[in-house]
Amino acid sequence: MKNKIYPNFDAAVADVPDDITFMSPGFGNVGVPRNLLAALNRQGAKNLTGISNNAGAVEDRVQIGILVEARQIKKMICAFTAPTHPSRITPFVEMYNNDEIDAELVPQGTLAERIRAAAAGIGAFYTPASVGTELAEGKEHREINGRTYVLEYPLPADYAFIRCWKADTFGNLQFRLAQRNFNPIMAMAATVTIVEVESEIVEVGEIEPDHVHVPGVYVDRIVKIPPDGIFD
Amino acid sequence: MTDKPKLKRQQMCDRLAMEFQDGWIVNLGVGMPTLCSNYVDPSKDIIFHSENGVIGYGPLAPEGEENPHLVNAGGQNVTSRPGMAIVHHADSFSLIRGGMIDVTVLGAYEVSENGDFANWRIPVRKGGGIGGAMDLAACAKRVFIAMEHTTRDGKSKLLHRCQLPITAPGAAKLLATDLGLFEIGPEGFVLREYAPGWSPDEIQDLTEAKLVIPDDLKAFRFRDSC
Repeated sequence: MKNKIYPNFDAAVADVPDDITFMSPGFGNVGVPRNLLAALNRQGAKNLTGISNNAGAVEDRVQIGILVEARQIKKMICAFTAPTHPSRITPFVEMYNNDEIDAELVPQGTLAERIRAAAAGIGAFYTPASVGTELAEGKEHREINGRTYVLEYPLPADYAFIRCWKADTFGNLQFRLAQRNFNPIMAMAATVTIVEVESEIVEVGEIEPDHVHVPGVYVDRIVKIPPDGIFD
Repeated sequence: MTDKPKLKRQQMCDRLAMEFQDGWIVNLGVGMPTLCSNYVDPSKDIIFHSENGVIGYGPLAPEGEENPHLVNAGGQNVTSRPGMAIVHHADSFSLIRGGMIDVTVLGAYEVSENGDFANWRIPVRKGGGIGGAMDLAACAKRVFIAMEHTTRDGKSKLLHRCQLPITAPGAAKLLATDLGLFEIGPEGFVLREYAPGWSPDEIQDLTEAKLVIPDDLKAFRFRDSC
């Protein structure tokens, strides 16, 4: 069975080219692939399109905002293009207001389902979310059984950067509690899936098949977070 | 303007939480609505759902006892509770769109008398913070709103028609403001309960929309009186 372990984060992202689309999970600061984002920041790939719930937060911790601030990202596809609290002006918000970065605002459930659809080989789907609002303007609508829906398309990516709790050498993954969030669907929707592992990488067979959250067939590269890595 | 005391945020959220029924699955929006989880009625088993896939979380974690892997939709550390379950984000919104949420409590900038409400975009800045609000508003069985009655400069947030881009048409059914409790029905805003010391006329004076004042108008119900 293929051993997918990479020695460090820099090696795991070394070949990420410019102009690709990538997915970065995380919600409420949990399940964010901080080490891989930091490595991508060091690696310097640019002209990227990012798919993530947020476009960065006001904080010191590493998150997608460091790539925005470093101008490695040309466009964000996310559920927040303005802060929930008006006083929290992120680098993204400033750049977006100055037309220095592009963005597509997607309702969070539609974002998740578009990612899942890409993973699942679904051509498109209809959702009731956003019907009757500005975000549904210009989109195809259809009435199904008396309810109006709007057509939404899948959202695939070239790369997904994933944060998990435990993995085996083949890339079977387990998550802890709310760390799961976007991680499984993003791991399944990207062409190349790179994972940072918090607790340990065990031998194949040590994770019960029933306890696998993401099958290793979706995972290409795994890196254990070393003691000097970013754990929080 | 008057400097008469208005209802506090916790009192507004307590009042909405009193409407939660035993066994309901409840989703609380970021900000003021999360205060609803501070109201605990031991006779009711409420299942709190969060967009990140946590189904059945417990109260906020006491300082020093936070589990770094467990947060609610606002990123606050919550505690686990027996029976809690975790799903990924797409399954979490399957639960929402599938009609499993009995009520979502959301904040708003504006609510109009036809039940439209706006809570994701303000004109001074490009973009918006929609999060999961459109999915929740379109698909939850009930939408409750908690918001201040007026803006900081005294303008009514209960309008004939929303001025800001809306989150969902006709979705809001019950509204708690710092001046009372309002039902939104076919006739528009019905003042159900008024804040202590406030007359219906005084509340109407601070409201752009025309209020319906029913014969069975009551005083605002507080936590201790239930």
